Amino acid sequence: MKDWPLWEVFIRSRHGLAHKHVGSLHASDAAMALANARDVYTRRGEGMSIWVVRSTDITASAPGDKAILFDPSEDKVYRHPTFYEIPDEVDNL
Amino acid sequence: MHIQPGHTGGEPTRSAEALAELEQAFQEKIDAEIKIEPKDWMPEAYRQSLVRQISQHAHSEIVGMLPEGNWLTRAPSLRRKLILLAKVQDEAGHGLYLYSAAETLGASREALIEALHAGKAKYSSIFNYPTLTWADVGAIGWLVDGAALINQIPLCRCSYGPYARAMRRICKEESFHQRQGYEIMLVLCRGTAAQKRMAQDALERWWWPSLMMFGPPDAESSHTQQSMRWKIKRHTNDALRQKFVDQSVPQADYLGLTPPDPELKWNEQIGHYDFGAIDWGEFWRVLKGDGPCNRERIEARRRAYDEGRWVREAALAFGAKQARRAHGAE
Repeated sequence: MKDWPLWEVFIRSRHGLAHKHVGSLHASDAAMALANARDVYTRRGEGMSIWVVRSTDITASAPGDKAILFDPSEDKVYRHPTFYEIPDEVDNL
Repeated sequence: MHIQPGHTGGEPTRSAEALAELEQAFQEKIDAEIKIEPKDWMPEAYRQSLVRQISQHAHSEIVGMLPEGNWLTRAPSLRRKLILLAKVQDEAGHGLYLYSAAETLGASREALIEALHAGKAKYSSIFNYPTLTWADVGAIGWLVDGAALINQIPLCRCSYGPYARAMRRICKEESFHQRQGYEIMLVLCRGTAAQKRMAQDALERWWWPSLMMFGPPDAESSHTQQSMRWKIKRHTNDALRQKFVDQSVPQADYLGLTPPDPELKWNEQIGHYDFGAIDWGEFWRVLKGDGPCNRERIEARRRAYDEGRWVREAALAFGAKQARRAHGAE
């Protein structure tokens, strides 16, 4: 018999925080994935909300594209507030 | 995350030169403490070494449920039953985190479990010893989980991202295991003379196997050197074993119990305890299948797996039917 499909589990820890990837598990359908995620990943009050997504439904960036995707942001220092010099006398900026 | 298993055996053929370059870049990443993630290029030997270590670790968590499960219905109070149930459930969770980490390397869960059931995969030999009395449950929590923690804390900084993340979750939970075990010992040692004798007997049976949990001495450990270069492992077996002895002897003293080692004594000069020679013959015998419970453990795993087969198949069929219906309704 082959393995049940793989699911990725995302948990929101407290109201106001985004769901965060916590791990994965095998389950035969979405309802079981949710039930198993509850048992495996929230035994100590870790969660307020669970998302489960089939692993095959996630498209991820390739490690080889890291430079192309992320390097351009490195030389745009003007996108950060500390790039600008404001006199000390000016408040609330 | 398991998005597109990094590797399925379809590695393109590369020239020796290109391979050497990749390996050098890989080692530089490791040296710079940059985590390796599933889709990153990695040497085949690194992948295999991790699959071996992580799956052995996962098997240990699952087989480790058996000696404690033996006491679930006989724990002496409702409080102890609840605690032990929670602990055994944790071990199942730990096994799952670890199998998942192994799967990110392209291993299949089914194949890993089949290897265990066929007797081809190893697991920690400590779980081939029986739990004869309630004090054994205390000794396991205190010593076995204590030794596991010492082994596992450095693994939280392992170079492979998914393994390190699984270990961080596990270590957080494992600390409860160790403390509940020590508390069981404490209650027994403050109880009647017979209860204290029971605690002493459990310590005597679990002490040496716990020291063996750190693996063979450095001189004979075949994987240590390469694993340390790859930062899968951060400390040698002997260094971790010494740490365990140094931490456990004062804890035994507090309980008023004596580890079964006449050579055990504080060495002022080096600031560590000296301890007697370990019977490595016993270690290898148990590891190779000749411990008190090896057959029983694998038999219990196989039976559970076989008896659950119809449930797994029915769930899969139900999932497929639901999907077909959802599709038809569109």
